[in-house]
Amino acid sequence: MDSDDEFNSSQGSEDEFMNDQDSDVSIGDADDGEFLVLRPKKSVNKFRWLDSDIDIDEGDGGFESQDKDIKSSKHSYEVDFTVYSPEQIQEHQNSQIGEVGNILGQPPEATAILLRHARWNKERLIESYMDRTEEVLESAGLGESASDPPKIEKIKGFACDICCEDEPGLESFAMKCGHRFCVDCYKHYLQTKIKDEGEAARIRCPGDGCNRIVDSKSLDFLVSDNLKDRYQELLTRTYVDDKDNLRWCPAPNCEFAVECGVKDKELAKIVPTVHCDCGHFFCFGCSLTDHQPAPCSLVKKWLKKCEDDSETANWISANTKECPKCHSTIEKNGGCNHMTCRKCRHEFCWMCMGIWSEHGTSWYNCNRFEEKSGSEARDAQAKSRQSLERYLHYYNRYANHEQSAKLDKDIYLKTEKKMSQLQISTGMSWIEVQFLESASQALQQCRQTLKWTYAFAYYLARNNQTEIFEDNQKDLEMAVENLSEMFEKPIDQLESLKVEMMDKTAYCNKRRIILLNDTAENLKSSNWEFNVVLS
Amino acid sequence: MLASKRLQKELLKMHAHLPPGIDIVSTDDLKEWLMDIRVLDPNPLYQNEVYRLKFSFSKSYPIEAPEVVFVQDTNRPIPWHPHIYSNGIICLDLLDRQGWSPVHNVESICVSLQSMLTGNTKKERPPGDDNFVKYNTQRPRDINFLFHDNSV
Repeated sequence: MDSDDEFNSSQGSEDEFMNDQDSDVSIGDADDGEFLVLRPKKSVNKFRWLDSDIDIDEGDGGFESQDKDIKSSKHSYEVDFTVYSPEQIQEHQNSQIGEVGNILGQPPEATAILLRHARWNKERLIESYMDRTEEVLESAGLGESASDPPKIEKIKGFACDICCEDEPGLESFAMKCGHRFCVDCYKHYLQTKIKDEGEAARIRCPGDGCNRIVDSKSLDFLVSDNLKDRYQELLTRTYVDDKDNLRWCPAPNCEFAVECGVKDKELAKIVPTVHCDCGHFFCFGCSLTDHQPAPCSLVKKWLKKCEDDSETANWISANTKECPKCHSTIEKNGGCNHMTCRKCRHEFCWMCMGIWSEHGTSWYNCNRFEEKSGSEARDAQAKSRQSLERYLHYYNRYANHEQSAKLDKDIYLKTEKKMSQLQISTGMSWIEVQFLESASQALQQCRQTLKWTYAFAYYLARNNQTEIFEDNQKDLEMAVENLSEMFEKPIDQLESLKVEMMDKTAYCNKRRIILLNDTAENLKSSNWEFNVVLS
Repeated sequence: MLASKRLQKELLKMHAHLPPGIDIVSTDDLKEWLMDIRVLDPNPLYQNEVYRLKFSFSKSYPIEAPEVVFVQDTNRPIPWHPHIYSNGIICLDLLDRQGWSPVHNVESICVSLQSMLTGNTKKERPPGDDNFVKYNTQRPRDINFLFHDNSV
C-alpha cells in the first residue's frame, strides 16, 4: 500500500463527490424556485473580504441579506474569502486596465503589458511610470512608442538565425528590438511557448538575451485563432497567479478563483479553509484539500512522514522484535525460538524475550512467562518501541478515517438511490428525504476533520489544552460513529429514524464546530505546544 | 522537420569550421550528438583533459533547448565545477527554458561550456551532489534549477 496514492485517491473521490453534489444543485435550480429559497446557492458575496478592491456583480444579491441572517456570526476557525468566476476575473482585469490606462494615457494593449509586467501592482506601476516613463516602458518591452503596426517584410540578403534559411523572398518579422526571424520560425516559437510551455504574459523575443516581451498586437498578427483563445486564457491565469490574495480552486475542471487575505506568514496561526462555489473545500495556504485543524506546515511534515515511514514502520512492528541487549531489530525467519543475536551474540528466547540459559530444557515451548529477566527485557523493548507505536497509533487512526471517508463516498452514491426509494416507498417528498444527504455531508466533513486531528495530535506536546482537545476529539469521534452506523440501516427503517438522524447530524456538525473553534483559538493565541518547530 | 533541417545546416557549418578545442565525435543521427571539448588556457583544473558532451535534441529543437550532459568514458572524466554534478548534469541557465534562445546552437553551447570551465578555480561539486546523484530520476530539462550564482 502506498500511502501517498491513498491520499491522492481519497482526494479524488472527494472531488467527485463534490461534483456530484454540484450537479445535484443545478438540477434543483432548474426545477423550481422553492428549492432556491430553501437552499440558497452559495452567494458570491457570502464572505466578503473587506479590503477587496474587486467589485462583484450583485446578481445574487437577493440572497445576501438572508445569508447574513442565517450566519450572523463567524466561527473562529473560519476565514473571510470571496469566490470569483472566470468572467468576474476577466471583468476585473479589464476595469483595472481601463482605469490605469486612463491615468497613464496608454492604449489598453500596452497598459495590459505594463500591468502584467508590474505583477498587477498598480500603485507601484503608476508611481514608477510617472518617475521614469522611458525606463518602465523599456523594461516592460514597450520601448519607444509601440504605435507602428507590426508587419511582415521580405528583406534582401536576410538569413534566419533559427532555421538558418536564407533563400530570397523569405518572409520575416521583427519587433521593435530588431531581432528578425523568418515568419515560420517566429510562429513556431510562439506556438511552443503558448501551447507546450503555457507561457503568455512574459513571452520574450526569441533573440539571445533580448528581454522584449511579445506584445498582444504582434501576437495576434502571428498566431492562429485557436491559439489566441489559449493565450487569453493563460493571460487571465497570470492575473490570479500574480496576485498573492488570489488562488485557483484546485478541484479538477473548476474554473473559479478564491480571494482571501490570509498571508503566508500567518499560516502558523491560521488554517484558512475556503469553500469554492464548485463545492470543494481547500486550504488557501497550500491548496491541499481542507486539513483543519492541522496547520499547513504540520500537514506537510505529516504527509512526508507517512510517505517515508508508515509502511516500513508497520512491517517492523508486525514482523520484528528487538534484541533485548543491543536493540538491533531482528526478524525471525522460522524455526527455533532460541535466538542468537548476530550483532552482540546475546542468546534469548523469541517468545518471552528472556535469557535463553534460564530456559533449561524446555525447548520450543516457552512456559516461563513470569520469569524476571523476561519481563524486564520486554519492558525495555516496549520503551524503545514506544515512539514507533506512538506514530502508528496516530497513523492508523488517520488512515482509518481516510479509508472510511472513501467508503462514505460510496454510501453517498447509494444515498441518492436511497432517497428516491424512500420517496417511492413512503410517499415523502423530495425535500423531506434531504436529511439523508445532510447526514452524508456531515459524515464526510467530520471524517475529514477527524483525520487531521490525528496528524495534529501526533505533533502535539502534552499540556492542559491537550486534554480538552482529546475530549473534543473523542466526542466528535463518537458522534460520527453513531451517525455512520445509523446511516447504514436498511431503507424501511430510515423513515422512523428521520428525526433521530437529523438530531445526530446536527450534533455531529456542532461537535465539529466546537473542536475546530477550540483548536483555531488556541492556535491563534499560541497555546499549543508542538514537538516540532512550526515554520 | 525544423530540427533536422537546422541540425544538418549546423553540421555542414561545423565540418567547415570549428573553434579550437571543440571536436565532433559522432553525429550519426539527428537525435544525439557527441562532442569533445578542451580548455585552452593553462587552468590546472582541466589541463590535459578532454571532456565529452552528449547532446540530445527534441523535435522542437531549436525552439526548445537540447539536453546537454557530460558523459564519462575511460579517458573522459566529468570536469570539476561547482555547477556540474558528478553524474554529468550541468546547471547552466543557457540550457534551461528561461535562458535558452533558439539563436543558440551546438557550437555556441560548446563555447559557453568551454568558457564556463575556463573561468572556474574551484575543485568543487555543487552542494548536495551526493544526494542529487543518488536520488535524481528526472531528466535535466525537467529539473528546476535555481540560478543564483552569476559569477561562474
